[in-house]
Amino acid sequence: MKNHVLRPLFVVIGIVVIVLLIRPFYVPKDFGIHERGYMYGWYREGNIEDWKKVTVKYQGKEYCKACHQDKVDSIDRTPHAIIQCENCHGPAMEHPSEPPKLAIDRTREQCLRCHTKLLYPSSGRAKLRGIDPDNHNPGIECVMCHNPHKPSLEGLK
Amino acid sequence: MISRRNFLKNTAKAVAGISVPLAALEILSPARVQALKADSAVRWAFLVDTYKCVGCGFCVKACKLENEIPYDANVTRTWVERYVLTKDGKLFADSPKGARDGFISTKIDLGMGNFHDVKKEEIKKAFFVPKLCNQCDNPPCVQVCPVGATYQAPDGVVLVDRTWCIGCGYCIMACPYGVRFFHPKYHTAEKCNFCYHRITKGLKTACVQACPFGARQIGNIKDPNDPVAKTITTERVGILKSEYGTKPHVFYIGLDEEVR
Amino acid sequence: MVHGELWTVKELFVTPNEYIYWSVQIVMYPFMTGLVAGAFVLSSLYHVFGIKQLKDIARFALVFSFALLPAAPLPIMLHLQHPFRGINVLMTSHFTSAIAAFGIVFSTYGAIVASELWFLYRKHFVEQSLFLKKRQDKTLSEKLYYLIYTALTLGAYDISEEALHKDEKAIKILAAIGIPVACFLHGYAGFIFGSVKANALWMTPLMPVIFIMSAIVSGIALCMLTYIVTMEIRKILACRKQSPTYSPECREEIKSVEINVIKMTAKYLLFFLTFAISLELLDLIFRGYTAVKSWDVLRSVIYGKDFTSIFILQYGLGNLIPFILFLTPGLTIRRAIIGVLLVMFGVFMMRWNVVIGGQSFSLTFAGYMHYHLPIIPHDMETLKEGLFGALGVFISPFILFYFLAKIFPIFGLKESH
Repeated sequence: MKNHVLRPLFVVIGIVVIVLLIRPFYVPKDFGIHERGYMYGWYREGNIEDWKKVTVKYQGKEYCKACHQDKVDSIDRTPHAIIQCENCHGPAMEHPSEPPKLAIDRTREQCLRCHTKLLYPSSGRAKLRGIDPDNHNPGIECVMCHNPHKPSLEGLK
Repeated sequence: MISRRNFLKNTAKAVAGISVPLAALEILSPARVQALKADSAVRWAFLVDTYKCVGCGFCVKACKLENEIPYDANVTRTWVERYVLTKDGKLFADSPKGARDGFISTKIDLGMGNFHDVKKEEIKKAFFVPKLCNQCDNPPCVQVCPVGATYQAPDGVVLVDRTWCIGCGYCIMACPYGVRFFHPKYHTAEKCNFCYHRITKGLKTACVQACPFGARQIGNIKDPNDPVAKTITTERVGILKSEYGTKPHVFYIGLDEEVR
Repeated sequence: MVHGELWTVKELFVTPNEYIYWSVQIVMYPFMTGLVAGAFVLSSLYHVFGIKQLKDIARFALVFSFALLPAAPLPIMLHLQHPFRGINVLMTSHFTSAIAAFGIVFSTYGAIVASELWFLYRKHFVEQSLFLKKRQDKTLSEKLYYLIYTALTLGAYDISEEALHKDEKAIKILAAIGIPVACFLHGYAGFIFGSVKANALWMTPLMPVIFIMSAIVSGIALCMLTYIVTMEIRKILACRKQSPTYSPECREEIKSVEINVIKMTAKYLLFFLTFAISLELLDLIFRGYTAVKSWDVLRSVIYGKDFTSIFILQYGLGNLIPFILFLTPGLTIRRAIIGVLLVMFGVFMMRWNVVIGGQSFSLTFAGYMHYHLPIIPHDMETLKEGLFGALGVFISPFILFYFLAKIFPIFGLKESH
């Protein structure tokens, strides 16, 4: 009975022990200090693999070329050659298996991303050919007249 | 006798108190420390040429779709800012929807439903600045994570563990660049990770690939033959908010003092 | 909808991912932690420094501090996007983060308060346990009480003079350790904000000290308020004719005890309040004088957008008026109640102006964000991080106190020492 003063301490130690006993079961095995040290490298290593496993959606022009060689060749002769197919056709993902058909963005807003005239000095934007969207056939889709694959004025429908 | 007992009790308490954090830490063996010193052969870095950026926003669109950030949610891993400086010394800047749909109007978004149309005669200089995570060498966001859910991978990219993040938001507060946010679906901290699943497969990031003008480039700064590394090491490039000492690894060509 | 978008309105140039992510629950967190720390410091003033005048309120403050304990992590849990992962803070603590210390510091502090309480009430536990043990035909509630009290004795039944003397010593030591831990608990809450270099308003080494001072102020104020309320209830009970302790003079007796305690405590309140205000003003003056890059936007926030909540509500209503109320001679209970309520409101506004004010301007220094507290809850998020969530957090310690007071009698306990 003499050491009753220590009783609360035993309770505290008991709780700490319980926490430390739970820890190995709760914390993943690969959690620890890695290359960047404790400050920047304290993490679960398996997470790096998790991130690498994210599926790639944008495949790039070369992927499209495998089947649509003719389309790629024709657009490559125009100033629009610099634009990735997927910027308008949407991410290819596993096309043609999934999705079998891509949703093409033909909206006026899509063209205006570059072709709204913004006279901004020291920006590449000023050098692009552009229109004033409020005055140049407002409300009409650009593709009604212009062919994005043949953007020059000869390509006008 | 009593004081001695109390002394012992307090000592025991202090020891117990210290042993808790110690037990939480992993004890490093010398062999392990040695292994840690082995340098990674890759350190990703990004180069933005603001002269080339036209503000089309294809990068933002591609990023959101590639990285599964809900398309209509008003958060984004990368965005483009527009800066318009007038001759009377005023700054107008905006980034509507993070420029997901580009800049298709001369009107500057002032927020709360207000817009300001700057006449072209008033413009002194105007340009676009793409922003993304700087993958800092001293990431303040990682420093403040209480649970080790965000960290720097050996190749310099700062990642978030969606299975471990508790969603306290401290990292969002600590980032001086505002690149972090809560993912609307997973409710964990979210940020640009240089399309980690792409760069580790030898692909370019979605934004680099989508940019028609070559305003965005990514490379390995440790590879002397890498074109991006060459530009960064041999030409004059700037970084954002150097005053915070974060050592960003996104470098800018044509940075202006007005860029925030 | 993105977290934070619902209550944030953006003005001028704000980057796309910026929202007021730390909302009303993060205002409540330092406010409630402050009350915990303050209540404990008040009780320790008696136990450690032997300030006899505070004897009456000391025991009370300790029990109340214990009741307030769960209210400190509660707002954080309500704020976390993944509250069930909160245990990660203990499991994989990353001590370069100020928040990681929370689990350790808070548990240590909780253990100290609980132990101190145990020593203070040990005699009562033993007596109750033995009394109920002997009793035949126990009712259900008596059986329950018997179990609780027997568990609470922790098997230590020695209540000899010598043993009780040891208890007293232990209390004194625990109270002494408790003061720095309580200050640390709250100081690091200030450090959580003060160390965020990305936030121009928060980043100052004064932040932890300012937080401690205002914490003690609010803790003392809350103890005074609760003390007054409890005394008033006692007064009403004691003066009921059917009460066994009824006597015509009792009312006056309690009243004189009450006003003496309040007068004494008010002095300490004003002392710490002066300290807190001086530090806050120093911070403000220093920012204006050094006028670094962020000062332009800070000035527009402090003197413009947030003028009402800083200068009128916080400094005016929360600091100046209580000063006048307490310093005017002839303090009455009624005036003290108004005073402590205003002081607590002032401290709350200080937390508000730091947490919300710090997020009311953009990282670009060229835009602003306005916070609109969700009042009517229409989903879990607006309930948790809205007016009702905050009120729930504020009320919870009082509910707990009610139940605790059944086990730990606050008044009418014979002095054990």
